[in-house]
Order: sequence, then C-alpha cells, then structure tokens
Amino acid sequence: MDPAELKRFERTFLPHMSAAYNLARWLTRSDQDAQDVVQEAYLRAVRFFGGFRGGNSKAWLLSIVRNAGYTWLQRSQAHGTTVSFDEQLHDVEDRSQGPEMELLQRATRQDLLAALEALPVEFRETLVLRELEGLSYKEIAEVGGLPIGTVMSRLARARRILGQVLSERGTKED
Amino acid sequence: MACPEKSDLIEAYADGELDLGSSLEIERHLADCKDCAAVLEGHRALRSALGTASLYHDAPAQLSSRVRAAVRKQEKVFAASPFFGWRWLAVAAPVISLVILGWSLVTVSRMPSSEDLLNQEIVSAHVRSLMAAHLTDFPSSDQHTVKPAFNGRIDFSPEVKDLASEGFALIGGRLDYLDRRPVAALIYQRRKHLINLFIYPAEDGAGERAVETSLRGYNLIRWTRAGMRYAAVSDLNLVELRSFQQALQE
Ligand SMILES: [Zn+2]
Repeated sequence: MDPAELKRFERTFLPHMSAAYNLARWLTRSDQDAQDVVQEAYLRAVRFFGGFRGGNSKAWLLSIVRNAGYTWLQRSQAHGTTVSFDEQLHDVEDRSQGPEMELLQRATRQDLLAALEALPVEFRETLVLRELEGLSYKEIAEVGGLPIGTVMSRLARARRILGQVLSERGTKED
Repeated sequence: MACPEKSDLIEAYADGELDLGSSLEIERHLADCKDCAAVLEGHRALRSALGTASLYHDAPAQLSSRVRAAVRKQEKVFAASPFFGWRWLAVAAPVISLVILGWSLVTVSRMPSSEDLLNQEIVSAHVRSLMAAHLTDFPSSDQHTVKPAFNGRIDFSPEVKDLASEGFALIGGRLDYLDRRPVAALIYQRRKHLINLFIYPAEDGAGERAVETSLRGYNLIRWTRAGMRYAAVSDLNLVELRSFQQALQE
C-alpha cells in the first residue's frame, strides 16, 4: 500500500475507533482484550482494504471487529456457555412481558451494565449496535452478516431477556 | 396478554424502521389497543434507560496511536518491496486505474465478514487438523462407531456416511469449532489426500447453492442440505472433491 493509500485508509477508518472499541469492549467485557481486538481488527482491515470500494465504512469496519471479537471469545473459551444458547429454546412465548416501567426507572447505571453484560453475546452485540451505536436494522444485518429478520428477532429477545434480568436483580434487592 | 395482531411491528415502529404507511397504521392501532400501547411504553422506557445510563465505552486515549503504529509497521513490510513501492506505482498508475475501473464495473463492494472469513476459518481448521496429531478424536472406519461418538458432545447428530465403495475411506471423527459454534468434523481419505468434512446445523435454514473456493492451495466446497451446513476442504483436486460431495448427497 502506498503512502497515499495508507492515508486514505486512516482517514476512512480511524474516525470509527470509538465505535470499534465500544463493540469490542462489549464483546470481550475487558478493556485490555478490547484494545487487542481493535488492533487486530485494524490490521485485518488494512489487509482487506483493497476490497473496500466505498460504502458504509463504519459497518464494514465493525463487521471485522465483530469477527475478531468472536475469534477472541473462541480462543478465550469464555464463550462456552453462550455459544450453545439456543434462540428457539429461549423464545419467550408471552410477548406482553416487556420490562417493568417502575424497575427501569429505579435501575442504576450499574444495574444496566451488569444486565447487559449478562446477556448472551449474540443478543448483547445486537442491542449494543442498536442502542449505543444507533445502527439501523440494515446496518446491523451488514455487520453481523445476518438476515434483517434475524436482527429483528434478536433485538426483540434481547430486550425481553434484559427486562427479565433487570427484574430478577430488582426482586433480589427488595 | 399480548396483542396477536401487531405486537411484532411495535418494536420496528419504536425503532423508526417502518415506512410511513405502516407507521400510520400502527399509530391508529395504538390508539385503540391497550396491550400494544403498553408494549410501546415498555420499549421506550428501556431505550431511554439505556440511552441515559452512559453505557458507551469510549476508546482510551492512547489506543488510536497504538493502532496507527501497528498498521504502519505492518504496512512497511509490503511497502519495502520495490514492486509495490509508490514510485513504481506512479509510472504504472494510468494502466492500473484502467484495470481497476474495468474490475470495479463487474465487482461490488463486499464485506469481508462472513463469507471470506468463514472460508479462511475452514481452511485454518483443516490445516490445524493435519499439523499436530489433532486429526481425529475418535479414529474409526466404521460409521456406526463414529456417529455415536458425537453424542453428548454436540447438540445435533451428524449423518456419517461410509463412502469406501466410492473411493473415500472414512478414517474418523473429531470435534472442531467453526462459525462460532462447535461442529462435527468427519475425516475421509483418498489416496494420500485427507478431506475434512465439517457439519453443523444451518441457523436460518436458508437454501444455498454450493459454493466452491480455492484458498491457500486448498479446495473448498460449502453447501446446505436438509437444514445442515456442510463444508468439505482438502488438497484434493476440485474434480474429485466434487465427486466426494456428489457421493455424500446420494
Ligand atoms: Zn395491539
């Protein structure tokens, strides 16, 4: 890659550093590991840069961060319990059970952090991309290589599980 | 009780993902349906709680310079080669831009995410299995021994076929990890060539044509059949690998 190309790479992708770190941080749940994942992702991105022909650079980079993050999870073995998480089994039948308003108003930042960290990784990342990064369904689908229908159902389930986790924490404290 | 009629769409509405017509329809519905109104209120409360709790992790200050240095260091290795230096490029630029223009007319910008990385992952798993005596967890040429060996180790039951009569000898099975999940690996042999056949359930059940790739000197065929994903990878030539795939399908 010539210097001009390298500059173009940096101009295109360095501005997404925080988005990359935020996603990696939520995937790995560790600052140091997230930094390693981000570095690995940028090194992969520069190798793949020849295949990038404009378009959504943030989604493009985040898809690489996500892959690097999953590789890290796989290596760290911390993934064991969440990878077998079966979406079908955890499909809650009763759709009316959203999070209880009162609980949400009482929830502290610490409660929300803990509840979000406790989510299985597939749901955590979808919710983080939607609520913290503000990505559209289509962008989340691009990042995850998923059909939009899967994005929608993961979001719905993520919110429902989050509500359950919060209410369990809420009742424990009472 | 959830409203059976619209509850699927309430979230998409709350996320601003519906077109104008559908949004108006949902708004009319919300005026009459208490269930849906409650669901919407719940979502809004959750979103505002998540939004105001400052859960966003900003990148540490030094990360940007660290990443920049790593990228430049890696790039130096390539840039040092005279053929890839920019001087050479300046001379050849007009030719190259024509080539690139022609190329970009027939290709679209692609995410390297799922497809490319999965292919790389499959080849890496294959190479790893050849390197360190990790080829088989349970060596056996008997399909009736290999199949039960997976029981309790993975949450699905892969079909194990005996293809000896077609010239592909089964030599064992192994647990591996691909596409973010545990998968079954069956190992077949043809002459000196080993074939890894990876099997795991298809998440979305979508039909998919067989995809053939060649990567780092290995041939790779992926396909989906009856709700399962298959990937066969080997240094065997593509024609014979295709006949292996064919034999499996019969
Ligand atoms: Zn309704």
